[in-house]
Amino acid sequence: MNAVKFLFAAYIATWVIHGVYLGTLVRRFSHLRRQLKELGKGK
Amino acid sequence: MKRLFPILSILTVVLLAYALYEALVVAPADALQGDVYRIIYYHVPSAWTAFLLFFINFVASIQYLAQAKRSENAAKWIVIVIGVVGVVATFLPPVQHLLPTGMRPSAVATTVLLIPVFYFLIGKLFTGERLDVLAITSAEVGVVFCTIVLVTGPLWARPVWGIWWAPGDIRLTSTLVLWLIYVSYLVLRRFSNSAQTQMLAAALAVFGALDVPLVYFSIWFFRTQHPQPVIGGGGSMDPRMLHVLLISWMAFLCFAFLVCWSRFRLELLQREVEQAHAMESMVGAGTTSSKPSLPLSRSSR
Repeated sequence: MNAVKFLFAAYIATWVIHGVYLGTLVRRFSHLRRQLKELGKGK
Repeated sequence: MKRLFPILSILTVVLLAYALYEALVVAPADALQGDVYRIIYYHVPSAWTAFLLFFINFVASIQYLAQAKRSENAAKWIVIVIGVVGVVATFLPPVQHLLPTGMRPSAVATTVLLIPVFYFLIGKLFTGERLDVLAITSAEVGVVFCTIVLVTGPLWARPVWGIWWAPGDIRLTSTLVLWLIYVSYLVLRRFSNSAQTQMLAAALAVFGALDVPLVYFSIWFFRTQHPQPVIGGGGSMDPRMLHVLLISWMAFLCFAFLVCWSRFRLELLQREVEQAHAMESMVGAGTTSSKPSLPLSRSSR
């Protein structure tokens, strides 16, 4: 029964990893959009 | 296209939620392991998705190298020969004797056939610089999924085996090596400023991909602590568990597709910004001749 904590840990870890990666993508997107705007090419 | 992304995102979230419900509620508990076995519904689909992404990286890298070296025709014929010879060979009795017990020749033939199919499909859909963008996209997202495999594996092993990691186990070690190869690929792309970076990375990707079959077949050909394959391999999996596993894989594939789509757009935007910076530097250098110009070749990423 105690093993269930490992199951939840695995599921949570999976979504934390995906969340962190998606967060970096969003951050990089906004950084590039800002750079493009500064270059006068923003859409 | 702009509307398609949010629609697919909603569908993927629904599918992931459904897969989670199936994995935690609908799938029966394992007779020996209890509920902790349900980790496979995240571990195995993540592994399959990572393998697929590394395979796409491999094909895109070969296409990129072939186009850069103007050897498209030679590469095309090599791939056709590999496909035909591979499929025919799997049905020859001497080759069938070499296959491990439980591995069906038709499954091997289908896998071999995927090489020319993916090669021509990717060659049709992506050309030139976009092949390189596809390669880095698939490698980066593949590393994320491979990281999940390496994290969820020990979390399953601890309660079932009593240890986090089995040192020397070939499946575990080769998976770790695979992860390290693709991390080094990303590090090379991130920090190398050479004009040859893309070519070097493509060559590294071709050799790195050789570890994928080693990881996959290690549990067929070697004695390992890792469980036998859940599909084929003579093992028997409850059809209800298999059904949930396939739903989970479908959900993760949709999710990986969306992440790759975003990462692909990000890379294109990154290159656009780099080109704009280079143009600006050139203009600046032409007028003031004091501003250092950026290299025209893509630097990193």
